[in-house]
Amino acid sequence: MSDPILGVKNLSVYYGESQAVKHVNLGFKDKSVTAVIGPSGCGKSTLLRALNRMNDFIPNVRIEGEVKYRNQNIYGKSMDPAEVRRRIGMVFQKPNPFPKTIYKNIIWGPKINGYKFDPDELVEKSLKGAALWKEVKDRLHDSALALSGGQQQRLCIARAIAMSPEVILMDEPCSALDPKSTLSIEELIGEMRKNYCIVIVTHNMQQAGRVSDDTAFFYNGDLIEFGATKKIFTNPDNSQTEDYITGRFG
Amino acid sequence: MSPHRRRMNKAFKWCCRITTYGAIGVLALLLFHIAYEGMSWISWDFITNFPSRKAEKAGIYTALVGSVYVMVITTLFVVPFGIGTAIYLEEYASQKSLFIRFVKLNIANLAGMPSIIYGLLGLTLFVRIMGLDRSILAGSLTLGLLVLPVIIIASQEAIRAVPQMVREAGFAMGARRYQVVIWQVLPAAIPGIMTGIILAISRAVGETAPLIVIGALSYVAFLPEDMFDMFTVLPVQIYNWAGRPQPEFHSLAAAGIIVLLAFLFTLNSIAVLIREKFQRYKL
Ligand SMILES: Nc1ncnc2c1ncn2[C@@H]1O[C@H](COP(=O)(O)OP(=O)(O)OP(=O)(O)O)[C@@H](O)[C@H]1O
Ligand SMILES: [Mg+2]
Repeated sequence: MSDPILGVKNLSVYYGESQAVKHVNLGFKDKSVTAVIGPSGCGKSTLLRALNRMNDFIPNVRIEGEVKYRNQNIYGKSMDPAEVRRRIGMVFQKPNPFPKTIYKNIIWGPKINGYKFDPDELVEKSLKGAALWKEVKDRLHDSALALSGGQQQRLCIARAIAMSPEVILMDEPCSALDPKSTLSIEELIGEMRKNYCIVIVTHNMQQAGRVSDDTAFFYNGDLIEFGATKKIFTNPDNSQTEDYITGRFG
Repeated sequence: MSPHRRRMNKAFKWCCRITTYGAIGVLALLLFHIAYEGMSWISWDFITNFPSRKAEKAGIYTALVGSVYVMVITTLFVVPFGIGTAIYLEEYASQKSLFIRFVKLNIANLAGMPSIIYGLLGLTLFVRIMGLDRSILAGSLTLGLLVLPVIIIASQEAIRAVPQMVREAGFAMGARRYQVVIWQVLPAAIPGIMTGIILAISRAVGETAPLIVIGALSYVAFLPEDMFDMFTVLPVQIYNWAGRPQPEFHSLAAAGIIVLLAFLFTLNSIAVLIREKFQRYKL
């Protein structure tokens, strides 16, 4: 078992006076998928956005504790938040490609960050990495908005991959998609776990069971239980976890 | 629906209809009156002639050229300041700061200020203190101040209407705020900003009072050579003709109004076209 590449230490996140994440300790392993589950409003998105400083853009957010990426606190004074987000990419709930061509969607990030790269090569590699290449290779210069929802979401994954991050955070990436597109994203995550540390928030228990190695169950801002997905789903230690997974509440 | 509410509904509909047609009717009457008076005076000569003391020979050429000059210089001055301020207020400034809230409130107040006050400000600041005299530049800057608040507010609204999601997509790629603003926010906000600018500029082109205050002349027998020259504009020329005792000049004023209306109508059509064209790129 590898050491966590990304971890949180005694992390608390507040919106004004209300605490959305409470003293959480958790580690995310490299080349593996961690699922974050829990009822609506329990702080999953808040936690996820704390991991690459996307909460910086929400007024009144306050963070306590540490988020350690490769043993460095990403909230440390010398840390550049933009650099953090280059290494720790994010895929959102609603597919949000830029209103540009497929090609430009991929190269925009590397370009503005001053990466040196061969654009054609990068586009092909990233789209292949997101299992989208075959479907779009003849229409790279068409608008990304002409793609289906599932294709748009895979394009967003390709766009994240193009930055060559080590961690990819996904916040309910399939909740706006039909079952077929969901399946293709799940297969993709299965492929991607060989190369990335993936953290995925999901409301779909079957999905968490299918795609993840580890699972963290949250309730009301507290981390209730964390462990191997197999164990959490068959024999959880905590009765709240069991109730949630078997659908008795949430 | 009960019969009573149905009757109320009908009555309400008729009230709205009457106000609509009433307003359209008054407008139509006005336009008809102007067209009736001025149409026979519209000719190529009228467009290309210099002003004259004789009504048959008088034309609107200097005023038309003056209006175009003023429009261009005002736009050049107002666009960078307007968009820059809007970007700062919406994207950079702390929304919690009392000072910023105070500034925003006062921009809204400035937008509602009577135009003659801007004329007095322009007279003091540009004509006297900066010594620009009664030049095109002084007039353009004055009109620029007049429409700046309107443009700032329109740009702010357009920027605010860009979904947060668009910015987050950019930030998640490691972009800096200026990169997100230039490459994601502005392209999405441009149709709204452009529409605001064109509507504000067409307001500037139709303004008379502040230019009369700073001394735009109505009898200018030559074309301005640079932006420090004296000038006149369409509404000032019209105002002057309308104030003369001879009835022929009243008809000339009506003809001038037709030219001014055509000018403004063109500007507004461009605004509509831009909006239509960019709407297709919307998310
Ligand atoms: N911008 C915000 N301002 C204030 N409170 C917020 C904000 N965003 C979230 N919250 C609150 O923080 C708590 C956690 O929200 P969060 O979005 O992290 O939940 P979640 O687990 O992702 O829920 P869901 O499953 O519905 O997406 C909730 O009580 C929510 O109301
Ligand atoms: Mg959420």
